[in-house]
Amino acid sequence: MMTTTTTSTKNHGTADLGLSPLAAIDGALAQRLLAAALGSGGDYADLYFEYRSGADFVFEEGRVRTVGRGVTLGLGVRVLRGDATGYAYTEELSDERMLEAARTAAQIAASGSVPGPVAVKPVVLPDFYPIPQSSLVHPGIEKVALLRRADQAARAFDPRIVRVEASLSEEWKEVLVVNSDGYMARDVQPMVRFGVSAVAEEGTQRQGGRSGGAGRFGLEYFLRSGQSPEDHGREAARLAITMLHAVEAPAGPMEVVLGAGESGILLHEAVGHGLEADFNRKRTSNYTDQIGQAVASSLCTVIDDGTIGNARGSINVDDEGNPGKKNVLIENGILVGYMQDRISAKHFGAAPSGNGRRQSFRHEPLPRMTNTLMATGNDDPEDIIRSVKRGVYAKKFSGGQVNISNGDFVFSLTESYLVEDGKITAPLKGVNLIGNGPEVLRRVTMLGHDFALSDGTWTCGKDGQSVPVGIGTPTMKISEITVGGTRTR
Amino acid sequence: MSGKDARRPIPDPKACQRLADQMLSFAMRAGADGAEVLVRDGTELEVKVRLGEPELIKEAGSRALGLRVLKDHRAAVTYTSDFSSAAMERFAGESVELAALAEPDPTGDLPASDEMAREIPELDLWDENVLSVDVAEAIRRAKAGEAAALGFDKRVTNSEGAVFGRTVGAGAFATSAGFSGASRGTHVSLFVEPICDDAEGKKRNGSYWTSSRFVNALLDPQAVGLEAAKRTVAKLGSRKVPTCEAPVVFSPEAARGLLGQFAGVMSGGAVWRRSTYLAQREGTQVASALCEIVDDPLLRRGPASRPFDGEGLPSRTNVLVSGGVLRLFLCDVFAARKLGRRSTASASRGVGGGPHVSTSNLILRPGKTPAPDLEKIEHGLYVTELMGFGFNPVTGDYSQGAGGFWIEKGERAFPVSEITVSANFDDLWKTIDALGDDLDTRSSVQCPTIRVAKMTVAGT
Repeated sequence: MMTTTTTSTKNHGTADLGLSPLAAIDGALAQRLLAAALGSGGDYADLYFEYRSGADFVFEEGRVRTVGRGVTLGLGVRVLRGDATGYAYTEELSDERMLEAARTAAQIAASGSVPGPVAVKPVVLPDFYPIPQSSLVHPGIEKVALLRRADQAARAFDPRIVRVEASLSEEWKEVLVVNSDGYMARDVQPMVRFGVSAVAEEGTQRQGGRSGGAGRFGLEYFLRSGQSPEDHGREAARLAITMLHAVEAPAGPMEVVLGAGESGILLHEAVGHGLEADFNRKRTSNYTDQIGQAVASSLCTVIDDGTIGNARGSINVDDEGNPGKKNVLIENGILVGYMQDRISAKHFGAAPSGNGRRQSFRHEPLPRMTNTLMATGNDDPEDIIRSVKRGVYAKKFSGGQVNISNGDFVFSLTESYLVEDGKITAPLKGVNLIGNGPEVLRRVTMLGHDFALSDGTWTCGKDGQSVPVGIGTPTMKISEITVGGTRTR
Repeated sequence: MSGKDARRPIPDPKACQRLADQMLSFAMRAGADGAEVLVRDGTELEVKVRLGEPELIKEAGSRALGLRVLKDHRAAVTYTSDFSSAAMERFAGESVELAALAEPDPTGDLPASDEMAREIPELDLWDENVLSVDVAEAIRRAKAGEAAALGFDKRVTNSEGAVFGRTVGAGAFATSAGFSGASRGTHVSLFVEPICDDAEGKKRNGSYWTSSRFVNALLDPQAVGLEAAKRTVAKLGSRKVPTCEAPVVFSPEAARGLLGQFAGVMSGGAVWRRSTYLAQREGTQVASALCEIVDDPLLRRGPASRPFDGEGLPSRTNVLVSGGVLRLFLCDVFAARKLGRRSTASASRGVGGGPHVSTSNLILRPGKTPAPDLEKIEHGLYVTELMGFGFNPVTGDYSQGAGGFWIEKGERAFPVSEITVSANFDDLWKTIDALGDDLDTRSSVQCPTIRVAKMTVAGT
């Protein structure tokens, strides 16, 4: 289970990691389990087999402190009866435990009619993240070298850098989804994640900075522009040094320019969650019943796209067995669609959108985002800054949160600047912006032609489940949003 | 539930301990100089009811093992859920090989054997009655909680549902430093979240919950539902307030976030990593003289109580702050060695990672003032909820989204949303001028109502 030998690669390099235990799961076994799952009369059942092999390395004080390695394997069984879900899982893939899980999940449907046997057929999927080979097959020494390069680059950036920590984590995840519609889909979902944090000190001032990135790659991730270990090391150091002289941020409503890339967090919070179909089916989202209506400025086209090559949020297949897709949510300001899971798609009479995702075999699927983007605009980013009399230019973020029911959302800035008379001036201390989704999107008054996908390690949480996501946007101007600084004058 | 098939056994600490001891001997036989093993076994039942109908019934068990091995002062951390003997033996061997990739650091060695726990205190964390809460009973309680909320007021028009949860867990820890022990615990909870329609298509959600290790200690479901509905209806008509500086009162639930962040910057790990603004502040005033903060893993029936820590050291109660003065940094063995001191037995570890510093039951001791009296101010803000991640532990700069009520002449005048509260943490904690008498003991971070003399409120 934990080999580090390298051999030639075929089929994503699975051969290097020992044969996946999922390879042995065949149609006949799936049929038996589906029959047990539907044995009490459910409308539908699915099986979600998952195998994960992962490693992580933490480098601090100039050395690899810990090496971690782990493997998990499990099966989640879901049975639907109307809108109700029965769910059970097991880590032990013995017939006895798998059947027990299937029968436990079947409970939701006590007393329905029992369907006949299901014929299971494999489906062919596109591949949005083909990789030469899994990073896991490379010797650990290569990954240690990457961490060391990041550490050295951060330290060399400025003598005021007093601490550096770098980490690399890698995962090889195989999934097999079989459902009672007879659909059987296998996918391999690799992920490499890299992060560097640096601390700078000058006199009594101390500040931290971070840089990181992730995607469905092997080690070729690090060969891409701006993604080398040195790039991340220097960026973390630059941010820590820049922030040493940050001043208190203003408080109150003002013009805000959101930089390209990471500002996509605004979309994720302000509209993304509110457009997940479960909240709209239950009428608990503030976007309920708004399809066909203007919910944003006409400049805004918002897309959730699970098909971007190698992006962190991309999926060939969702965790209910539907192919990953590109879905337009808002077109020129008009709300045109939601992100669906199976239960909601049935409710709305909509096609599956490839957004039924789950954290692991221990979790039931929910409508979730993949990579959430604002389509590019026509303005020059320089002109956008020049148009601001007094406001904030926001470049980097640590995260955000939204209240689905009323649309209030916050996002936290880790790098931002004061803009005075069209010029970027002093860096600002960390600050939150707070706004209301529909209001803020109506106040998008300029949109740059500089779309960028964030190379960030973004993870989205909902109902206690975390899934990897991507975000992207061009430079954007919001005519007014509340800046949560400390300076009232 | 019913069924004549072989059922997964109830999590058993002795069975976990046997597996931990077995893996420990495999690891030592594979050539490790030292090893620590954690085994966890647990079952969960989660039932969600919405608008009177079951929406989710989830029932399952899971068991996993985490191993940390040391070889020539090099460490590897590995985990597995395959408990066949052959797999365990192979896993131990591969883990020892993996350690060769790390670089030697004696700081990460196991604790000395004289630091190990000798006995395991009984903390009253197990309720046999929890085992008999079945799916039907869970549904009954969730339905009763939600129905009470929906029936409270006609303005409660919708619901995010009611969730009843039950977990039963056992865990064991074995280390070659000379300790092997096990413990078990139960936990039950009920959460209700009603929704009201407000103007302009907005909706307002609110919630209330009860939780305990003992099923008979839970609040009555109707009481939970009624409180949830009251809190939700109270938010109707929420609006922004003008940007200003004002006193801010935090409800016990809202204050929990602040206390958790405060304990985070008192972690020995943050001190040696230079990532806390309190790094050189031991023995100095870091909070108002009213503040006493303790971390108590020995609290009977406590939500996060533990008889021994994540490295096998005997649990102890640590006073972090008294009279507003910072008394100590919480340390695991590694942080303690870095700082030239002894561990405070504050190590925690999960199956998938090595030991790290964490709090157990973190408590800001309540004051003597009746909580409603904290709102007797000319004007100010009463915060019931906080949003976002606006805390920089390196500098103490703090800014979060907030919701609650505006106070005028000692009364809650109207509900407030879409604002932020900001301050530097050093000022925030030092200017707490009142603590309520209403300690909220439901979760592992426990606070009373607190009042901060002045913060920046950003709104219109």
